[in-house]
Amino acid sequence: MIGGILSLELLISALRMSVPLTFASLGGVFSERGGVVNIALEGIMLVGAFGAVVGTYFTNNPWIGLLTAMSFGFLIALIHAVVSISFRINQIISGTALNIMATGLTTFLSRLIFKAAGSSPHIEGMVQWRFPGTNWQISPLIVIMFAVIIISQIVIFKTRYGLRLRACGENPYAADSLGVNVIKMRYSGVLISGVLGGLGGAFLSLEHARVFVEGMTTGRGFIALAGMIFGRWTPLGSFSACFLFGLAEALRMRLEGFGIPTQFIQMIPYIVTMCVLVGVVGRAVAPAYDGIPFEK
Amino acid sequence: MIRRILISILAPLLAVLLAFSVGAIVMYILGENPFYVYKILLINSVTNINGWGYVLFNATPLIFSGLAVALAFKGGLFNIGVEGQLYIGAFACAWFGITFNVHPVIGIPIGLLFAMIFGGLWGVIAGYLKARFGAHEVIITIMLNFIAMALTNYLVNNPFKEPGQINPIPQTKELFSGSIIPRVYPLFNKFGVSLSSSVPLNYTFFIAIVFCVIVWYFLERTKWGYEIKAVGLNPKASRYGGINPSHIMILVMFLSGALGGLAGVNDVMGYRYRFLDGFSRGTGFTGIAVALLGKNNPIGIVFASILFGILDRGALAMDVFTNTPRELIRVIQAIIIIFVAIGNEFIFRLLQRLERESE
Repeated sequence: MIGGILSLELLISALRMSVPLTFASLGGVFSERGGVVNIALEGIMLVGAFGAVVGTYFTNNPWIGLLTAMSFGFLIALIHAVVSISFRINQIISGTALNIMATGLTTFLSRLIFKAAGSSPHIEGMVQWRFPGTNWQISPLIVIMFAVIIISQIVIFKTRYGLRLRACGENPYAADSLGVNVIKMRYSGVLISGVLGGLGGAFLSLEHARVFVEGMTTGRGFIALAGMIFGRWTPLGSFSACFLFGLAEALRMRLEGFGIPTQFIQMIPYIVTMCVLVGVVGRAVAPAYDGIPFEK
Repeated sequence: MIRRILISILAPLLAVLLAFSVGAIVMYILGENPFYVYKILLINSVTNINGWGYVLFNATPLIFSGLAVALAFKGGLFNIGVEGQLYIGAFACAWFGITFNVHPVIGIPIGLLFAMIFGGLWGVIAGYLKARFGAHEVIITIMLNFIAMALTNYLVNNPFKEPGQINPIPQTKELFSGSIIPRVYPLFNKFGVSLSSSVPLNYTFFIAIVFCVIVWYFLERTKWGYEIKAVGLNPKASRYGGINPSHIMILVMFLSGALGGLAGVNDVMGYRYRFLDGFSRGTGFTGIAVALLGKNNPIGIVFASILFGILDRGALAMDVFTNTPRELIRVIQAIIIIFVAIGNEFIFRLLQRLERESE
């Protein structure tokens, strides 16, 4: 039984499950490195999942769907940025409000566009990329994900932009005194998180389900944030953590049919997330000004 | 002082009006007449006594969940887990009600106590993990929401499923009469107010009002209440004052969770007389909006709950009589939260400036 569970297939399935989490988690890294807590990622993923389906539904082109997902995520992130950076509202409150808004908005629009509340019609998924000379196929989004992980790691730790962004999260006043435009930097971090979160949501609807279902993110935005914390606010670390969560989810799917009540299997990702959050105590230190509004 | 109160009431009102205007613009774009939609919304809620009955019925769990969020807020914690505490509390009092057949004089208080204790214990998980390990209470409470929903879903589908039920949504069997909170229409009718017997408003509403008073007294007049507020304002300073912030965190999450658990009582003991799977549909989250709009003040929370009760009732009518999907109400709720938060911040700054000028 164990041999049947642990296999290459399981790892591939874990990788697939980790994709939406990783995108959102990377988004969280950009936002929080700049000093803005973004729990709106849950809602951003949801509008991303919805946008991907809407875009694909009207154009029959999943790539347009992807663009729609990114722009929907961008818009929610923009509201979060305006409210929490410019108006200096508590970031948790803003994020919570946006999560509620995303739930309402996606169902509202789903009923207007598809004339059905529960779910959208099925759509064409993305055409898989084939490794040259083999039968191996891979989703383009997974390739994009690896590219984004590497680029993010370089951007955050090896570029001037990354240094400035991190400065805004560690000590915005020092950054400001050195001529860094803290407001602008924080906006950029949040907006990037919106685009990435939207991509994560798009993977859920375009690759996993090929349909939009009401509330389909089921807490993944928060699990992604836990992954970011476990990964100590670094892109590579976040990916590793999200892969762990992906493994938990893949295991969950394998365990179905072994006589354990499905409800307990459904709990696995949430329990793993809680254990991880408890386990990182003392080792994960957030950027010093993470969550604190900046006022010149 | 009067100016202060006036300003702090005007801000939420303005926020609500602005949010409704945004809703109106959306309706207009969709080709609907916003005045007509809002008229429908109000006609079915506040223009007749039965409508008000439904509004107060809807407001009842919102008062509890608003109090739960507000209490945690005062202690400096974000309890986004009211939804989960509500399910656990609801199931706990349902379990008591289907298991023990006692006289209502004992049955109702014990039922309430079950909801409080189990909701409180569910909340304590997050409080303890935060106090002991520094785990982020927002993420933990969200995870606990999903776990609570899965857990109650399991319980109501397997060990406690009503035998031979035909309802497609799983439910427990009916509570014994000893744990049923009666409806209020006989009382109203006795006083000549003709409230229809189909209106589910029950005495849980009055229990909610009593809890508003209790929470107010607790926070403003007791030592624990003082300590909770001190930790909420400044945990480090409170430590110098001899308060242990960790203990307070656990206490706050227990009490907040207990209030969250009570938010499940209205449906179980006062309306359906059984636990219905997934009955809540976001009451715990609306509590966040309620607490914010009510400025964490029990009186404010009652008014905010009534407003959201009107919206809930009106949303149903909107669905039936107009082409605007009722989820628009949810969007308007979110916009209210944002505008209220902005308004509060703005007023806070304005008052600060006024004070500085008057010095």
